[in-house]
Amino acid sequence: MGFLTSFFKRAKPLLQLHSGSFSMDRSGNVLATTLPTSFPQSLVQEIGRCVVETFRSSQAAQLPLEELVVHYPGLKITAREMRGGAIVFLSAPNISAPTQQTS
Amino acid sequence: METRYKILLVDDDPDLLEVYRDTLALLPSQPEVHTAPSGARAMAMLEADSYRLLISDLKMPKMDGLQLLSVVRRKFPELRTVVLTSMSDENFRSRVYSLGVDLYWHKPGSEQEMTQFLECMESLLGREYDEAGFRGVQSKSLMDLVQLECISQSSTVLRITNGPFVGRIWVNQGEVVDSEMEELRGEDAFQKILRWKAGNFEFLPDEPHRPRTIFKSYNALLLESAQASDERSNADTSHNRPANAPAQPGAPRSSGLTEIVNTDCVEFAMKTVADTMVDSRGLENPEHIAGWMRQSLDRFHALGQTLQAGGLQQITGIGPQRNVAVAQKGGANLCVGWKNTLDATEVRDRMKKILTLWAS
Repeated sequence: MGFLTSFFKRAKPLLQLHSGSFSMDRSGNVLATTLPTSFPQSLVQEIGRCVVETFRSSQAAQLPLEELVVHYPGLKITAREMRGGAIVFLSAPNISAPTQQTS
Repeated sequence: METRYKILLVDDDPDLLEVYRDTLALLPSQPEVHTAPSGARAMAMLEADSYRLLISDLKMPKMDGLQLLSVVRRKFPELRTVVLTSMSDENFRSRVYSLGVDLYWHKPGSEQEMTQFLECMESLLGREYDEAGFRGVQSKSLMDLVQLECISQSSTVLRITNGPFVGRIWVNQGEVVDSEMEELRGEDAFQKILRWKAGNFEFLPDEPHRPRTIFKSYNALLLESAQASDERSNADTSHNRPANAPAQPGAPRSSGLTEIVNTDCVEFAMKTVADTMVDSRGLENPEHIAGWMRQSLDRFHALGQTLQAGGLQQITGIGPQRNVAVAQKGGANLCVGWKNTLDATEVRDRMKKILTLWAS
């Protein structure tokens, strides 16, 4: 282990993305979460804020939305609008899981 | 002074590392070749130094090639990546390409294969980032590739992937004998595939007993394809581009919106470049939605950076009146409105196809 540690000494750790969910009320308070405590609370707030703002701005643009799915290579965010707040599901892809064949 | 690119070669077999290191060092661009016997060591070296190209084996103890590549794609998106393996499992090939790897290559078994491999590595080292063009060969168009195969009287199967689409062209002793792309077969499939401007391709072993569905000579096929391409580009310049809208470098053609809005289940389509509305179809007051699209893209782009989750791929919204999907391609933003009978997965899958068609 000492051998590996010496190589990773200079490396800045990559943020581990977890799967889990949380709910946020219309005032931006996180009500409940299943995410591990190691996942920074500030990031939970930030994700919730982005989602809630997007729901609100969609109504202002006369394009009301009830569900939002945001895709990144390393994370999928699924959110459902909930009386001005939202319930948010985070799903980090598991590299060991079998993938669907497209051809 | 000319820059010498750096290659990082990862394999748990020290003999193989040595052979490939010596061989790659002889490339015309004279790269610096570094080696790592494990994924963990490779990660440490990538952190410490800047590399142009990563060539990795798949089967390695502890951190295997797939794990290494998935981390590398997130952490070093500019790094070109090649998988060099002896595994011919189609499942692995699909998984590797789904990770965004540039090239999946079987370990060369002959001198000719080794030459092809080295040419591709040289091409990957030298080529600047460019969205158009087919990854896997030296900046050739698909038409050039088919022509080269036919002139050299080859027998092979050319497998081309363009986003969610997969096409195959069967070449037998220098003649194109069959082609397929989704539900299309024969000439229709061939012409459809030749319209693609970007993607990946690979050569599969020939299938000499493939039933022939194309009877025209390859010259006639390529000529028809070139004529069709000319006609399309003439039509674009004369009819579809708004007179007051200069073409945006790198941005896909605005004419694509008409095709998009005619697609099944699409209600509207809109394109913006930076803060400027370029075109829209099917919307009476597109400004509101354009503003929402820009804000949402900015917001989630910044969130992706904070989370280190990679570049934003797509935003899908499901609403009581209509669904919407937003994505960026070639420096432009595309927003497509969908009928609300589709679910989020269907919207995403259809949007992928729209984006591929749009870019082509």
